[in-house]
Amino acid sequence: MEMRQDRTFKIMLWLGGISFFLLLLLIFILLFKESLYSINAFGIKFITGKVWDPVNEKFGLFPFFVGTILTSFISLFISLPFSLSLALLLSVYYKEGFINKVLSTTTELLAGIPSVIYGFWGLFFLVPLIRKVEIKLRIPPYGVGILTASLILAIMIIPYISSISKEVIKMVPQDLIEAGLSLGSTTWEVVKKVILPYCRSGIFAGILLGFGRAFGETMAVTMVIGNSNFVPENIFSPANTMASVIANEFTEATKDIHLSALIQIGLWLFVLSVIVNLIGSFIVKRYKIR
Amino acid sequence: MKKLILLGMVAGILVSVFTIQAMAVNLTGAGATFPYPLYSKMFSEYYKKTGIKINYQAIGSGGGIRQIRAKTVDFGASDAYVDDEGLKKFSYPILHVPTAAGAVVITYNLPGNPKLKLTGRIIADIFLGKINNWCAPEIKKLNPKVKLPDLKIIVVHRSDGSGTTFIFSDYLSKVSRVWKNKVGRGKSLNWPCGLGAKGNPGVAGLIKQLPGSVGYVELIYALSNRMPYADVQNRAGNFITPSIRSVSLAADTKLPDDMRISLTDTSAKYGYPISGFTWILIYKDLKEGGLTKERAKALVKLLWWMIHEGQKYTEKLHYAPLSKKAVKKSEAIIKSITYEGKRLWR
Repeated sequence: MEMRQDRTFKIMLWLGGISFFLLLLLIFILLFKESLYSINAFGIKFITGKVWDPVNEKFGLFPFFVGTILTSFISLFISLPFSLSLALLLSVYYKEGFINKVLSTTTELLAGIPSVIYGFWGLFFLVPLIRKVEIKLRIPPYGVGILTASLILAIMIIPYISSISKEVIKMVPQDLIEAGLSLGSTTWEVVKKVILPYCRSGIFAGILLGFGRAFGETMAVTMVIGNSNFVPENIFSPANTMASVIANEFTEATKDIHLSALIQIGLWLFVLSVIVNLIGSFIVKRYKIR
Repeated sequence: MKKLILLGMVAGILVSVFTIQAMAVNLTGAGATFPYPLYSKMFSEYYKKTGIKINYQAIGSGGGIRQIRAKTVDFGASDAYVDDEGLKKFSYPILHVPTAAGAVVITYNLPGNPKLKLTGRIIADIFLGKINNWCAPEIKKLNPKVKLPDLKIIVVHRSDGSGTTFIFSDYLSKVSRVWKNKVGRGKSLNWPCGLGAKGNPGVAGLIKQLPGSVGYVELIYALSNRMPYADVQNRAGNFITPSIRSVSLAADTKLPDDMRISLTDTSAKYGYPISGFTWILIYKDLKEGGLTKERAKALVKLLWWMIHEGQKYTEKLHYAPLSKKAVKKSEAIIKSITYEGKRLWR
């Protein structure tokens, strides 16, 4: 009886695992199949093309690719110092107590806010703020653009990076930390020389998760990026991202070629996130302390 | 024992599902988001009156057209009529029944929000980026009494594909040759300038944030949010304030029998020129559309109700009711619906 249950349990686990893999494979196949029409029609020009004109059926995703890459990297860059400080504060300096409670609850709440709320907050708070900066800098005061979108994204991904980093830092063996302290190092030196080197692959995994979130975010970005289909000139320019073009145009795409072009963007988004994850897991492995 | 109970439960659920389906006639529809508030009101009133439940999903006009083509719904709904090329993709002929009219207004953010007068040509030039300052002589000439500021014009347009953009660009294509050649008409466009925002709320939100901005939103949205909007010169030369009445009047023109007509740049003397119908799409022969005879009858009755009694819900929700001419033409369309070749309406 026991043996039989054991086997059923194992089969169930397998089923769960395999169906997940199959699902991913099927999504890829479907995306590929549905984009074939536009792949055949445009070929490589789809990636290098700078014009997105649904009326005259010209489709090129280059401006959106630039928009996606810029917003996700800039947001990562902005959020990293904040996320790491938060993680260190909660795992090294204030492991428990009132400050820990307040800070960890607020970051958790940050993760629970729907992205459309972030978008609205950005539209009514960040946009006027950025506008003032732009007026001072004497550039067209749109208020929306790459920088505004990146700021929103940065706030959105802080909980992801910080909570994973926090858990990883907590796993640093107490012996190592105490050894460092007993050798006379300050807390800062322990962080720099013991904790961060020990955790770097784990922290990197957290960064990867944050990047993935920034990469695929649609709603909040769409509301503050300006949705302009041109290659952005600087970080204040209005632009568009791959995910937000799909979200914007999918529901009303009546022409087959338009729909297929949008699905092809989805395909590339899929491929890009696979590539990012592969590079990520390579780096995680490479810098793991054995 | 446990298995028996489970089996009983499954059987019970299956039986109840089937009986519910057999008992009540439910109709399903999908499509345009623009008439969604109107349709939900109409359908809930219709349910109270007849007990017939109508499940309408506002997935967008494009989706509505695709769903009716795939016959997954009983009726589709769209803000733009299916063009001749699109009609060829249907395996059987379809019909367009207009249910209400709507309009697109030009809204802006200027100090004091004065009432502006604009012509089609000027609107096209603004959205092309050719006129880029509020104190341009063309605008000044039309609005001599308004103190226009020396402010850069920031164009705000819809970023999501929408029937609103279609009506707006359809109008501009009719009044400006440059617009027609350079941008054209469609639900998503390659905009020559400006910022994009998602949905009416997105456009309105951005315009409120940016002094000197100009954009377009649906009339119902501007009315319920008290936004300023411009009078637009129509083909007869009159400057028309967009209102429920002037939108209804836009259909006071020669209408084709299949009602596939764009009302933009209307020849009606007092009609607002950026108006358009919203339609329900059905198969001409409902048997070919995959409906049972019972459902087909219910659908025809529903359509008849929508263009008559149902019209009284339009104005409260800021939609323009169908004009008398439009109702006459729609009646003829509904009467032509068949089931296995036989007319359904008596």
